[in-house]
Amino acid sequence: MHLIDCPWCGPRDEAEFAYRGDATVTRPAPDAGIDAFYDYVFTRANPRGWHVEWWHHAAGCRQHVKVVRHTMTHAIAATGRATDILEVPAA
Amino acid sequence: MTRYSGLRLLGHALSGHARWPRAWRAPDPKPSYDVVIIGGGGHGLASAYYLAKEHGITNVAVVEKGPIGLGNTGRNTTIVRSNYLFPENNHFYEWSLKLWEGLEQDLNFNVMMSQRGVLNLFHSDSQRAASARRGNSMRLNGIDAELLDREQVKAMVPLLDYDNARFPVFGGLLQRRGGTARHDAVAWGFARAADARGVDIIQHCEVTGIRREGGRVTGVETTRGFIGARKVGIAVAGNTSRVAAMAGLRLPIESHVLQAFVTEGLKPLVDMVVTFGAGHFYISQSDKGGLVFGGGLDGYNSYAQRGSLPTVEHVWAAGVAMMPCLSRLRVLRQWGGVMDMTMDGSPLICRTPVEGLYLNGGWCYGGFKATPGSGWCFAHTIANDAPHRFNAAMTIERFREGRAIDERGAGPYPWAQ
Ligand SMILES: Cc1cc2nc3c(=O)[nH]c(=O)nc-3n(C[C@H](O)[C@H](O)[C@H](O)COP(=O)(O)OP(=O)(O)OC[C@H]3O[C@@H](n4cnc5c(N)ncnc54)[C@H](O)[C@@H]3O)c2cc1C
Ligand SMILES: [Zn+2]
Repeated sequence: MHLIDCPWCGPRDEAEFAYRGDATVTRPAPDAGIDAFYDYVFTRANPRGWHVEWWHHAAGCRQHVKVVRHTMTHAIAATGRATDILEVPAA
Repeated sequence: MTRYSGLRLLGHALSGHARWPRAWRAPDPKPSYDVVIIGGGGHGLASAYYLAKEHGITNVAVVEKGPIGLGNTGRNTTIVRSNYLFPENNHFYEWSLKLWEGLEQDLNFNVMMSQRGVLNLFHSDSQRAASARRGNSMRLNGIDAELLDREQVKAMVPLLDYDNARFPVFGGLLQRRGGTARHDAVAWGFARAADARGVDIIQHCEVTGIRREGGRVTGVETTRGFIGARKVGIAVAGNTSRVAAMAGLRLPIESHVLQAFVTEGLKPLVDMVVTFGAGHFYISQSDKGGLVFGGGLDGYNSYAQRGSLPTVEHVWAAGVAMMPCLSRLRVLRQWGGVMDMTMDGSPLICRTPVEGLYLNGGWCYGGFKATPGSGWCFAHTIANDAPHRFNAAMTIERFREGRAIDERGAGPYPWAQ
């Protein structure tokens, strides 16, 4: 059960959010080539540990929230706005 | 191997069942093998069995970090079927179903395969059209499928909410040859039969590294030391990304949690597998009488074998919408498993860019039914260093080449697959 601290709305139940996946992948330049786009669209680090990811506050303010969450314990270390650079704990 | 039979059961009953021989050995790892399979779930064990049986490769070890069969094999809702739309999938799953049909005789083990039928409900005209299309695709590929109208469904499963205001039942797509099997027994049956053919099953031995020399696999590092191997096969389900990363691979896979539930025991209530078409919900009844059911993924990356309460509520709500009488029941047990979700919802049984390293994974929430077919095709791929036609499309490269096998049409969003 996750309680996600939305930067705009405060701590809200996970049920209000829509998950949008890994926030570390970034869109390559248009001419970056097929391998770069293959990696962007399809491959993921899929760590067992801290994961930086998007949660869309769909039933709230409708902003995209960046979340640092642990995929084994489900603990949340930090949340922020899309442009924030969040600190990821060491382990 | 002591053959199991009715007579033997009777004989052992006389000695209070205290003298059964152990079903498989507990060997120490040898310095090296022809093939090492990582992961002692149903898929890893089946792969070892078919390597020995179909290809005469018996110098094989299955290396499992815990006891065998306690991963997704021991956590699933045991539905077996081959009702897929795309030929790449339905040929493969149909071959798996055919293996299921002869599995108990082949393994000399009661896996409690019960072809009680799998019924997918539909609740609108457009869903009926989609079901008819899938049924036609199955029949064109030689698989049994029947499109039932509302009255035919009513005669089979009377307790559904046929006149639900939002989701009235319009009919269903039935695969009579589908059904359920006993999950644990599948792991045990393959383990015992593989062991009898000389395969070493090494439990409590975690793989921590994949050793390579000049781009070729030479063996695996484990918590019980280095084990050499000419070929290594990965079959670790939810841990696929982590184990593949040991060989420097980055895969189109995310790990997600899926939950399952069992109610208190009841007299017979549903005698087939029924799935809801207006939400993610499927149900069957175990031989002990408990209703076994589940729904969709929790929907976020997770390696925890447990999920969240909103999903619990959602699954039960879908169940009660389909079958209102469920609201009176108590759920006794609930758990989760870690799904190896691919970017198109279809699996991988293939070679990898590392020579001698083979991959079996990406089973999503539907790999139990694949167990015999997956082991059979993986063994073929490892033995011949080339896929069988049943798994030829199940490669990693398909994503790069634009040949994704996306049954649901959900796109590269594993949490939506
Ligand atoms: C709740 C739930 C419901 C499901 N329902 C269905 C269903 O109704 N029908 C269906 O067809 N499928 C279903 N599935 C999916 C199905 O259970 C799986 O796809 C299938 O069992 C996978 O088998 P496997 O052998 O690949 O994996 P597993 O049984 O998970 O085996 C993998 C093994 O690898 C081991 N391992 C991992 N890492 C290492 C390492 N580093 N070293 C050594 N060993 C390692 C693990 O301990 C584990 O035993 C369901 C799954 C879940 C969780
Ligand atoms: Zn918000």
